[in-house]
Amino acid sequence: MVIDFSQPTPVEISEERQLSASRREMVLNMGPQHPSTHGVLRVLLTLDGEVITSCDPNIGYLHRGVEKLGESHRYSQFVPWTDRTDYVAAPSNNLGYVLAVEKLCGIEAPERAQYWRIIMGELARIASHLVWLGTHALDIGALSISLYCFRERELILDIFEKFCGARLTTNMMEIGGFSRPIPPELPEMVRTFCKVFPGGQRDYELILSENPIWLSRTRGIGVIEPEVAISYGLTGACLRGSGINYDVRKAQPYLLYDRLDFEVPLGSHGDVFDRYLVRMEEMRQAIKIIEQCIDQVPTDGDLMLHGSPYTIPPHDTVLTTAEDMQRHFIWVIKGFSPPKGEVYSAIEHSKGELGHYIVSDGSPMPYRMRLRTPDFVNLQSLPYMAQGAMLADVVAMIGTIDIVLGSVDR
Amino acid sequence: MYEHLISSYIVGFIVLNVLLGLMAYMTWFERKVLARFQDRLGPTRTGPFGLLQPIADGVKLLSKEDIIPANADRLIFLVAPLISFVLAPLGAAVIPFGRSITLFGYNVDLYVTDLNIAALYVLALGSIGVYGIILGGYASGNRYSLLGALRSAAQVVSYEVVLGLSLVGVFILSGSLSLLQIVNEQSQSLSFGGLQVPNWYILSQPLAFALFLVAAVAETNRSPFDLPEAETELIGGFHTEYSGFRFSFFFLAEYINMIVVSLFASTLFLGGIDGPIADGVWWLVIKALIFLFFYVWLRATLPRFRYDQLMGLAWKVLMPLVFLNIALTGLIRLFGIGAI
Repeated sequence: MVIDFSQPTPVEISEERQLSASRREMVLNMGPQHPSTHGVLRVLLTLDGEVITSCDPNIGYLHRGVEKLGESHRYSQFVPWTDRTDYVAAPSNNLGYVLAVEKLCGIEAPERAQYWRIIMGELARIASHLVWLGTHALDIGALSISLYCFRERELILDIFEKFCGARLTTNMMEIGGFSRPIPPELPEMVRTFCKVFPGGQRDYELILSENPIWLSRTRGIGVIEPEVAISYGLTGACLRGSGINYDVRKAQPYLLYDRLDFEVPLGSHGDVFDRYLVRMEEMRQAIKIIEQCIDQVPTDGDLMLHGSPYTIPPHDTVLTTAEDMQRHFIWVIKGFSPPKGEVYSAIEHSKGELGHYIVSDGSPMPYRMRLRTPDFVNLQSLPYMAQGAMLADVVAMIGTIDIVLGSVDR
Repeated sequence: MYEHLISSYIVGFIVLNVLLGLMAYMTWFERKVLARFQDRLGPTRTGPFGLLQPIADGVKLLSKEDIIPANADRLIFLVAPLISFVLAPLGAAVIPFGRSITLFGYNVDLYVTDLNIAALYVLALGSIGVYGIILGGYASGNRYSLLGALRSAAQVVSYEVVLGLSLVGVFILSGSLSLLQIVNEQSQSLSFGGLQVPNWYILSQPLAFALFLVAAVAETNRSPFDLPEAETELIGGFHTEYSGFRFSFFFLAEYINMIVVSLFASTLFLGGIDGPIADGVWWLVIKALIFLFFYVWLRATLPRFRYDQLMGLAWKVLMPLVFLNIALTGLIRLFGIGAI
């Protein structure tokens, strides 16, 4: 097909929609290329002046068929794909997936690995919240916050890089634990971060928390009532901002979260500002969790479950014993076959409940793989919030839901 | 008579060129200062301290493709940036850069002209300059641009009133609209119990100064009042569809406006060329730089207002304060309380 570039490409706004808008109204196509839709979200807005009369999010511009890819890859091969769903919190996605497979296989990682998984998961939560805060503040017009946030996020990425060599798509966790050793300087790096970060967070709060412009832009904007939040199936800060106490880490503790002391911050008004406060407090609690873990984690011990048919054998025995070498060969070439059955496993991701639903038919590849990504579900609430709001508020609302299109579209 | 005209032309020529040069370096200044606020370095690759950055920017913008959208209103689309750009530096014509000096036996006034309605003239230029934005946004045939133009129209109409009325206090005190006269009034120092203080209107009109500052930022479409071009909502607002040098006309006009408003504010409230020692244009430059720094500081710190909040601020908060200020100044003047 020859595309004629001399003619303008019409914006795809259907005739029907154009006609359904009354003469006073204007249809505005926001995205998929727009600076504050956080990627390739497309929102069709009907405006009366600057007031929204209808809001229609369109997704799918970053659809890569991750679920289908999961069904055509062996279990351990899918871990890198989880990095590419929510790419600002890759370790959390790794964690959600490996926990689901471990649940399917009925195995559990060694204690030391579990502690480090919590640490990496919480660091990823802070990194993700920092990206959220930076872009959210940028959308509302506070220019410098984003750079301050990225300054602290850099330290987290350095920790990831030290551990696994990658900064964004970490591919960090393996079924049964970690396949890499913990570098000896890593605990110190994490401790340093825990010391430095509260100072950085104070910077953001000094600029934002009591700023009258910030308050007027976020207070009473995008209110979600508790019952509405439940009916939309919201999770994460979007749910807790409305005052409902549901956190997977407390409701169904996984890893070693039941041993740790932390609080779940709750909002009371369900507006953009409360969700901001909830996420700020979550970062503080994450630091608290990391500090406890780094004190409790054993300094040596296995990071990978050994002797299980579902996990990769350790490197040194692969080189010295025949059985492990054969098992390693089979594990790499053919993969492993978990028992038949189905499993749903959820973790508290930085954006809400990240669920993996896996159906196994006993072959090395899953029969069905389903990702319940939190921001996909949370995005449903945008039309509800946007009704009667102003154009500038829609930008704040997209920010407050905290979407990553890689995760929404999968 | 002709002598005076020639000196006006020469001074005008110098002022215009210096202003254009300053404007280019204003972009460099903003980048550097903003970068420092944000934990960055700013331009470093183009010459020492990135000093050649404005030239690199100019070359880049000149070599860009000039795109005119198919459904744009062609004539208005082409004219709009020119309106903004041409009107922007005209305000500098009435700013006094110094008093008269004698050069080669000729009497040279260090200002282009001394209008008796200079302050009104500057305000009027601001109002006409916004036509560039409104027409550009309307003619682009883009809905974001249209929204930007609408916002700009509403914003300028509201803040113009505040801007103009905030100056009434100054006019009452100085008894003149001529900027030269206002500067001369401010150069007489007052003494409070033996303490010599300059009669700058920032001291006798602090409320008017604050209101003027807020309205001036809104008038020049700068953060936190940069709604017409809010890049995260309207992508670029009125200049979304402009590219290359047409875009840079809008961009340059914004920076020239900032400089002119800073000069205007320094002249009206901070005594202009008047300083503690050696009066001269350098004092004006220092004062204007403080205002320009303030612009960048605001941009680095504050989030953006929402459209309705912006209008609410103008009409519900600033407007009553402006009238209060006028009434107070008038009463004080009428009954002659204090030294002023």
